[in-house]
Amino acid sequence: MERKDITNESYFQTVFRRFRHHRLAMVSLVVVAVLGGAALLAPVLAPYQPDEIVGTFSGAPSKEFWLGTDQIGRDVFSRLLYAMRISLLVGILATLISTAVGVVLGLIAGYFGGVADMLIMRFTDMVMSFPYILLVLVAAAIFKPGLWNIILILGFVDWPGIARLVRGNVLNLRETNFIKGNIVAGMPLRHILFSEILPNTVAPILVYATSVLALSMLDEAALSFLGLGVQPPTASLGNMLNGAQSLTVLTRQPWLWIPAGVLIVVLVMAINFIGDALRDAVDPNSRR
Amino acid sequence: MSHLLEVQGLTTAFKGDYGENISVDHIHFHVDEGEVVCIVGESGCGKSVTSLSIMGLLGRGGAVTDGSVFFAGKNLLSMTEKELDQIRGDQMTMIFQDPLTSLNPVFTVGSQITESIRAHMHLSKADAVKRAEQLLGKVGMPDPHGIMKKYPHTLSGGMRQRVMIAMALSCNPRLLIADEPTTALDVTIQAQIMELLGELQKETGMSMILITHDIGLVANMADRVLVMYAGQIIEEAPVKELFQNPRHPYTRALLDTVPTIRDDKDRQLVSIPGIVPESYDRIEGCRFADRCRYRRAECDRRQEDYQFAPHHTGKCIVMKEGGIPL
Repeated sequence: MERKDITNESYFQTVFRRFRHHRLAMVSLVVVAVLGGAALLAPVLAPYQPDEIVGTFSGAPSKEFWLGTDQIGRDVFSRLLYAMRISLLVGILATLISTAVGVVLGLIAGYFGGVADMLIMRFTDMVMSFPYILLVLVAAAIFKPGLWNIILILGFVDWPGIARLVRGNVLNLRETNFIKGNIVAGMPLRHILFSEILPNTVAPILVYATSVLALSMLDEAALSFLGLGVQPPTASLGNMLNGAQSLTVLTRQPWLWIPAGVLIVVLVMAINFIGDALRDAVDPNSRR
Repeated sequence: MSHLLEVQGLTTAFKGDYGENISVDHIHFHVDEGEVVCIVGESGCGKSVTSLSIMGLLGRGGAVTDGSVFFAGKNLLSMTEKELDQIRGDQMTMIFQDPLTSLNPVFTVGSQITESIRAHMHLSKADAVKRAEQLLGKVGMPDPHGIMKKYPHTLSGGMRQRVMIAMALSCNPRLLIADEPTTALDVTIQAQIMELLGELQKETGMSMILITHDIGLVANMADRVLVMYAGQIIEEAPVKELFQNPRHPYTRALLDTVPTIRDDKDRQLVSIPGIVPESYDRIEGCRFADRCRYRRAECDRRQEDYQFAPHHTGKCIVMKEGGIPL
């Protein structure tokens, strides 16, 4: 029992050791950790309630309101903290959903091949060629646009990339001797799929998932900006940018949109850097 | 006595662009308890396909189209995957050609061996680890305890093949199929691995099918030798008989290619002219005829298994009729 724990630990140690070589990724990790922490602790850190009208309309930054107030007098800094929460939640949940769907479909398609492969991959192509904005519009028309809908929609739209990735890897892996060896050793199918093949594809999945995370946060921002995503009064980074649709805000009241915009850019960039470094760090064939 | 493994009329075909290619054509053979049977032949003659067919590992495109494989009295070919899993790994197992890709790169050696032990034996984790270390010691690994924690890529080819052997032996199989176990290794390691396999076979009394293209490897270990050519078994004999008294022209040619220590220094290496014919399943008569010095008109007829001596059969009519000098 104890021995296995040590080996597991040492694997993560090697990964971390390799990861540390990437300065930018380390900085990004700190940035994401700080921002994530701030989002998590929003109720503690925020000076005001996010939906409470506490000041003047569109007040400039001051001692009282660090980043000013918005058009109806809510504290921008407090809203920003809560918005980050929502945006990260959307990103992470959508990524989890799409990864789970993609991995399962990719494993099945790759391992069983034949008709299953054909059906799944054609379905994948179909989803891939579907403009998600349209899908969201339709979904928004049927259900109400809102937090959970956007999570579900992004989750069920972003999986084709992962499915293809996993399938490709499985096609390679199933021809290797160690998979044949497992069949020869009489291992059950479930074990072969999830305990032998899957761990070998975790690295690319993880790397891909970070980019899905970044992308779905961007998508959320875009959809909310258009008013189809997270609905006010709930704050998200996207719908906080909503105000920038007006020219006056854009030119005269930069505190209403610059912080949210910068946060999106910083988060997405940091996540992408981390993904890049992870790619190198988790590669099982790297000997560094 | 009934045989441990009995292959009857096994035929395996692969789907090609122009219909089916039969790569193993109605072969019969058996393996008894505790016996070492070698299958020898050139690349592409169907040796590996034979072993994969027995193990049920053919994969896409390939299928057994005829015949049966009885293991301990049960037909493997009519079993479901689940039933096969009960036998594979437990009673019969296999070692592959290339040890470099035979281990899962993301797990330690130890976790892979203990896993296969625990899949078939009801052992606690600690006992499985103990047994794994024992096995690693048995296959001649220095420091079994340390090796357990290593990842496959840190081991050399020879060591990985030893690990593979340890894994194969983990559940005391009754039959081990070794498909060119030393092809990917260099010569000094080859000898060690073959010696190890021989010792382990004697010690455990398991049966073994050794597949190789190197007829020299066969002499020490085999009890019986099957010579395969173009999808057929063209000669079968006990090992001594085969080496002293080869009948089929192909077997003779194969034996001639092996340089011996008593050869003159300036002896040229011999090769068999020509290659294994492509789509050999379309050839009606003797499939070796095109490369054979003793070719006659009868060779274009279908060849039967002729009895040359007790336990010594082969597919050569010319030989049977005394047309070739012994």
